[in-house]
Amino acid sequence: MLILKPSDIRPSEITSKSNYLNRRDFVKAGAIAGAVASGAAFAAPALGAIAPPQRGAKLEGVGKSPFSTDEPANSYEDITTYNNYYEFGTGKGDPSANAGDFRARPWSITVDGHAEKTGTFQFEDFIKPFDLEERIYRMRCVEAWSMVIPWVGISLAEVIKHFKPTSKAKYVAFETLNDQIRMPGQRRRVLDWPYREGLTIAEATNPLPILAVGLYGEVLPNQNGAPIRLVVPWKYGFKGIKGIVRMSFVSKRPRTSWNMSARHEYGFYANVNPNVDHPRWSQARERRIGAGLFARKQPTLMFNGYGEQVAHLYDGLNLRKNF
Amino acid sequence: MVFALCLLPALLVFSDAFEITGRLGANPIEEIQDRFGIWALRFVMITLTVTPLRRITGWNWLVRFRRMIGLIAFFYVLMHFLTWLILDQELLLSAIAEDIIERPFITLGFTAFLLLTAMAATSTNGMRRRLGRRWQQLHYGVYGVGALGVWHYWWQVKADVREPLIYAIILAALLGYRVWWQRRKQRRPQQAKQMPVR
Repeated sequence: MLILKPSDIRPSEITSKSNYLNRRDFVKAGAIAGAVASGAAFAAPALGAIAPPQRGAKLEGVGKSPFSTDEPANSYEDITTYNNYYEFGTGKGDPSANAGDFRARPWSITVDGHAEKTGTFQFEDFIKPFDLEERIYRMRCVEAWSMVIPWVGISLAEVIKHFKPTSKAKYVAFETLNDQIRMPGQRRRVLDWPYREGLTIAEATNPLPILAVGLYGEVLPNQNGAPIRLVVPWKYGFKGIKGIVRMSFVSKRPRTSWNMSARHEYGFYANVNPNVDHPRWSQARERRIGAGLFARKQPTLMFNGYGEQVAHLYDGLNLRKNF
Repeated sequence: MVFALCLLPALLVFSDAFEITGRLGANPIEEIQDRFGIWALRFVMITLTVTPLRRITGWNWLVRFRRMIGLIAFFYVLMHFLTWLILDQELLLSAIAEDIIERPFITLGFTAFLLLTAMAATSTNGMRRRLGRRWQQLHYGVYGVGALGVWHYWWQVKADVREPLIYAIILAALLGYRVWWQRRKQRRPQQAKQMPVR
């Protein structure tokens, strides 16, 4: 199968192997990325989709992960110009065109609900206790296309552990920033803002999910959910909530955005499942982005190929009913 | 001249595919399919505009272009269909059949395609003479094609129905005008006799 290989050297090959993260570099990196992005936006706000993507600053001390796939990653350009991020418009090219002047710093994240540690934290403080890891994951969108994305992030399981949820916490709920001025797509009620997502505690404490803060070894671009977004590789892409400002430990299943929008089409679990079709898309096969005009679709794997790590979470659960 | 202009969007798809005029982006197959689809819908709307425009402005020469524009619309629908059939579904019969049967928005689109194919196949003067009254009845099918096309588009989008809504409003206006004209003609049969309704 023909897959376009990124011209870049894998960031994991060039960044230092040390697990130590220089916090100040991260802050600086964020500031520079913001400045560069806003400068670009000022120069040509409408050219975002056409102009070469502005690269974020390099992240230091990114470790590798055994969970990474060795499939060739999609190009930086594909990953940053083909996005579903309705906060910046409903077209695939809208986020890269409209998110340029979004300021992802300063940023704060509120942790609340059934946990011993709660409060509001600056983004830099929030991620400080955790190791940055590169995780090259398959990403399967519910629209039957897929990519391979080299994320940089922190383990969600570690984050959950850190905040010490109590026994009442059965689910973790997330919320995106709700700000019509900074996120122009929210001026239209395409979805019931803010965007909401959630996982069961068992899912959230599985080693696979991460909170991503980077891409290709660099600070996460705005259109991909800066400064921090969820990545759950065995679920459809819409579970990966972007621009997170709230994480809540709750006892009841939280309402989630696409499920609220069309509950017969998008379930709470949203596990990648080739046997359960969406009303508009067969989920049996997927189109790998970047494979070229005449490439064949490839078969979709149960749990997006991560069954070994996650299938046990759903023992005894009817996945056709709980799609 | 008009003919060349009508084919310009198709030409742009090809020149973008070779990155001469632009790009098709990360998902070129989807982009090609969407572009042919939207232009198909636009040309169906344009054919439906000929009659109202002719009546309002008195520009009867417009009717000369109607068949050509209709065939252009068919060309775009055909390209949209072939992109889906060959590039998207890889001519895989099981996947194609499943899509047509199980996905209502594809059922709608496929029905519109069949209707338009029948109209394109009978668009010659010879066929028109041979079919007589039934030709007219068949070609009223273009109203159905317009409705199916908009519906197909509406059911295809995920949450943002703004664009299909715009086409629905245009279609409602174009069909609404015909209803209004028909009623007026029934009320004042003398005046409307000069121009046959279609």
